[in-house]
Amino acid sequence: MAATPRRTPLFDRHVAAGAKIVDFAGWEMPVQYAGIREEHAAVRERAGIFDVSHMGEIEATGPDATALLQELLSNDVDRLVVGGAQYSVLCREDGGVLDDLFTYRLAPDHYVTVTNASNHAKDLAWFQQHAGGRDVVIEDKLDDWAMLAIQGPLAREYVQAFSDAPLPERFTIATRELAGHTVLVCGTGYTGEDGVEVLCSPEAAGSIWDEAVRRGTEPAGLGARDTLRLEVCYHLYGNDLMESRGPIEASLGWCCKEETGFIGSGAVRAVREAGPSERLVPFTLTGSGIARQGNPVIGGGEVTSGTLSPSLGIGIGMAYLPTERAVTGEAIEIDVRGTVRPAVVAERPLYQRPTA
Amino acid sequence: MADPSYPTDLLYHPEHDWARIDGDVATLGITWFAQDALGEVVFFDPPEVGATTTAGESYAEVESVKAVSDVIAPLSGEIVEVNATLGDGPEAINDDPYGAGWLVKVRLTDVSEKDALLDAATYEASL
Repeated sequence: MAATPRRTPLFDRHVAAGAKIVDFAGWEMPVQYAGIREEHAAVRERAGIFDVSHMGEIEATGPDATALLQELLSNDVDRLVVGGAQYSVLCREDGGVLDDLFTYRLAPDHYVTVTNASNHAKDLAWFQQHAGGRDVVIEDKLDDWAMLAIQGPLAREYVQAFSDAPLPERFTIATRELAGHTVLVCGTGYTGEDGVEVLCSPEAAGSIWDEAVRRGTEPAGLGARDTLRLEVCYHLYGNDLMESRGPIEASLGWCCKEETGFIGSGAVRAVREAGPSERLVPFTLTGSGIARQGNPVIGGGEVTSGTLSPSLGIGIGMAYLPTERAVTGEAIEIDVRGTVRPAVVAERPLYQRPTA
Repeated sequence: MADPSYPTDLLYHPEHDWARIDGDVATLGITWFAQDALGEVVFFDPPEVGATTTAGESYAEVESVKAVSDVIAPLSGEIVEVNATLGDGPEAINDDPYGAGWLVKVRLTDVSEKDALLDAATYEASL
């Protein structure tokens, strides 16, 4: 079924800025403007702005909102304070990962959860299915929220300049006026740099984008977003996370609190106690070449994300490996379309900001 | 990146490759359109000197940050030289696709294969 691709409120700005547009999860999105490496460097060294309005939002409101999210999300939602942000995974009964999510608590009985574009409809149905019989309203807010990520060492300074009040700290959220629009500012991101993400109305997105760019923030596309996240080993759903594997295998045990009894917690606990048969680990190539998603690891395992690291100048990636080989320093060989390329299992993150 | 260009002294394969024929040796590379579609080239793994190319079939790969792409041979022959400077400077494929960004030189097995290739105007009209 080839549905007409959707466009974000910023589509015309992307085209005007010379973006190369690609289809991503049914959306026409900018993959790059000036070039992936240039945009990547802008975010690492200065500030970049990403249109991530394709990401979905689900709001949960009502006296049973906390209890519902506690049942659905792997993390301990009782520990998510009002104004806080929390990362979690959404699991099936068997522990398979349906999505990875950031949830923000706006009020004691009001949450907004950000979904991956490719999973939004599935997640929404899952939320609604489990809300039955509870005093909670689940709302699809995909069309109500645009989302911008402004990331990099100068990102806060640039956004602060057109905010009515100090920006929220890391992993917190606050309502602010940006360029005259009431928005939600979140101290989160997907790049390994400091910065904020802004949830705003579709009507406000253009003027906030323009204000950020006018102050020096550089447009950055999905290509740089992918290289930035992979350098700091953040998971990408559909690459590194999937329904056929669980969060312990994905090295996401830190955001699973089985004692809360979330859906899938029994399966997750069993894997944690028995030890997973495979684990997701970062690697770097020791010679030339670039490993890609789907490349097999010789002797068992597979690459789920791979690229050339713009910051490090070498091939990097993440791979599921048999647990006994998923240890830092382990030498592995990757079959890159018939060429054997040596690599080594590395510590996460693969990139760290140089200390001055 | 350079502006779009399709030099008239070259012959073109519809899979976005060019050939510069000099006697029975041809220099091969990818077109401006191909490098633009690929984005910043970060890796070129050259074939071995002595390997053969077959017209219409892949003989090498070029990789951008995002993707890997097969390079299709416009002509058949034996590779007599590879552009060794691309190992440390694959961005030449973007910056100068018809000059410093050439990929290989091939001794042709059948010069008449060139009759199946496109001139610059025909290739450009196909884009």
